[in-house]
Amino acid sequence: MLDASPKPIPPLVQVRGLKMYFPIYTGLLRRHTGDVKAVDGVSFDIMPGETLGLVGESGCGKSTVGRALLRLYEITGGNVVINGTDIATLGPEALRKARPQMQMVFQDPQASLNPRMTLADIIGEPLDEHTDWNSDRKLARVYELMDAVGLNRRFANRFPHEFSGGQRQRIGIARALALNPRFIVCDEPIAALDVSIQAQVVNLLEDLQDKLGLTYLFISHDLSMVRHIADRVAVMYLGRIAELSPRDALYARPLHPYAEALLSAVPEPDPTLARARQRIILQGDVPSPANPPKGCNFCTRCPKAFDLCRRVKPELAEVEPGRFVACHLFSDTAAAGSTGASEAKERNQQGVTQ
Amino acid sequence: MLTFTIRRLLMAIPTLLFISLVIFLLVDFAPGSPMSQIPLTVPPEVRLKIIEAMGANDPLFVRYLLWLKQFFWVEPLVLFDTLFGTSHAHGMQRIVSWQSRSPVMDIIWQRLPQTLSVVGSAYVIGVLIALPIGIYSAYRQYSWFDQLGTFIAMIGFSVPTFFTGVVLILVFSVNLGWFPSIYDTSLRVTDWESFLKQVKQMAMPVAVLALYNAAQISRYMRSSMLDNLAQDYVRTARAKGMAERVVVLKHVLRNSLIPVVTVIALGIPTIFGGAIITEQVFKVNGLGALLINAIHGSDLPMVQTLTFIFAVLIVMFNLIADVLYGMLDPRIRYD
Repeated sequence: MLDASPKPIPPLVQVRGLKMYFPIYTGLLRRHTGDVKAVDGVSFDIMPGETLGLVGESGCGKSTVGRALLRLYEITGGNVVINGTDIATLGPEALRKARPQMQMVFQDPQASLNPRMTLADIIGEPLDEHTDWNSDRKLARVYELMDAVGLNRRFANRFPHEFSGGQRQRIGIARALALNPRFIVCDEPIAALDVSIQAQVVNLLEDLQDKLGLTYLFISHDLSMVRHIADRVAVMYLGRIAELSPRDALYARPLHPYAEALLSAVPEPDPTLARARQRIILQGDVPSPANPPKGCNFCTRCPKAFDLCRRVKPELAEVEPGRFVACHLFSDTAAAGSTGASEAKERNQQGVTQ
Repeated sequence: MLTFTIRRLLMAIPTLLFISLVIFLLVDFAPGSPMSQIPLTVPPEVRLKIIEAMGANDPLFVRYLLWLKQFFWVEPLVLFDTLFGTSHAHGMQRIVSWQSRSPVMDIIWQRLPQTLSVVGSAYVIGVLIALPIGIYSAYRQYSWFDQLGTFIAMIGFSVPTFFTGVVLILVFSVNLGWFPSIYDTSLRVTDWESFLKQVKQMAMPVAVLALYNAAQISRYMRSSMLDNLAQDYVRTARAKGMAERVVVLKHVLRNSLIPVVTVIALGIPTIFGGAIITEQVFKVNGLGALLINAIHGSDLPMVQTLTFIFAVLIVMFNLIADVLYGMLDPRIRYD
């Protein structure tokens, strides 16, 4: 568990003010009339060897954060520093050279594998591009990776459609590992799998992390799975981080009202506890990311919203050691009184520091 | 794959027999009769003799069975004889055109080279133009190149070939005098001079047909590329750090070609069918012109045989397209 005390090791991944807007073109002349603010100013750090869980409901921008981090999208603004290089500003060729250190495990293991390539081709292709090894050495590496993810070597010449969902996801993991990355974005790697296979894949990811010292950003909407794998958890709502806390602290006592509501939705297996439990049911729908509310993004559905929430966007600030919350309930100004709205904004503008 | 092919070939036999019957009935029931070709000055009893000699007076099923025998037994034997110098088919009755009184298959063999050289090369050129345009249009969707490609494809689609053909004749033959407006079938390519002449007379009909073919195929290529460019595995390839060229040409293009190859294969029978209208406009003496003349003259054996050959080609190329599909797409196996 990480605490807030300053550490000598710099974070592996540093994200500052990441913005990803998708332009909307309307009308006869396809004029640029607005943006879908899928990710609107997200900042966080990931320490080497750590797993950061990223949770939130569908459409809150989780996957977009993951893809923007590896620059699979051209990001609108912000910095992403991975292992000392600012990914956000690299040119195409430099970016390609930087790809081996950061990889991604995709959500849909069927669609994310080229149907016309054999398993050996899929896993070995990054080696063709980024190494000058001969074919024997490449094949040896492919076999090594297949062993690492528990795939039989005899499968090397089969095509993706011949495998089950869990096996395909393991192909995806082996492919991501091929170039010895330090940082892997797992974009809902278990969402398309059934429950028995989910555990297999998550345990595989954990084993690999122990063995290879990997750093994960684990994107998921499955809160119990994130609880199992993550060290710290970021809760996203409508393109912004609502709360970023150590796992145990978050699950024991969520601070942000949205995190509280989200966690209360986790099913409780014990029927007596389940009956006693208070489930927070949010009213209304998620606002459109093309036109988010003026104040806090959550103010339209928040049971604890007050006047200030509808006027000023709260910034993510450290309210307890290691716990960051973007909510006026916890900011000093709100506690002192609702006078210094603009002041509150200025004071918290720095974002997160570890 | 082999069992599949053989099974499909066996299944094609009843299909083709049924098609031949339908064609025969259609052609027979169609208005117009061979008798209308005989001048009215010929006395009635002579007329009757002529019709009897042509076999046009026999009952329907007799004529149909006779045609079947001639098509599937006599004509292959004749072909065998000409290839190997034997004389198995000696004295057998071949399918004879009512118009020219010469064997239908001989006429078809005479006409085939014109059609293949003009319509065939137009198809090849059309495909060669269409593929790069389709690929680049999809890769740069909504760019000016794509807009231009879409516009030209729209023209190729919507303006009929008899119009573009006549416009080309007007501009390049009448006004500029660069190309001849009439295709000279009797031209033999013997030296450089005659080769240039052949290229010149082919230029306009080939251009008209190539535009039409390229318009269709480039649209297929474009939409297939767009489908695949949006796929997740393309993002995977980019995340692997592959060069953009490899992503597009290896990952996207190979997957996109599968449906396009099928469309191209299915289009090949139309080459043999000839471009009836374009052949008429440029006076290319090919199969299309042959068919239309036979229809005008109620030449039933000729129409019947030609149409049936087209049917055979269509069935064959359907099979070839399916086999190609199975070879190109590892997800499809016919066993």
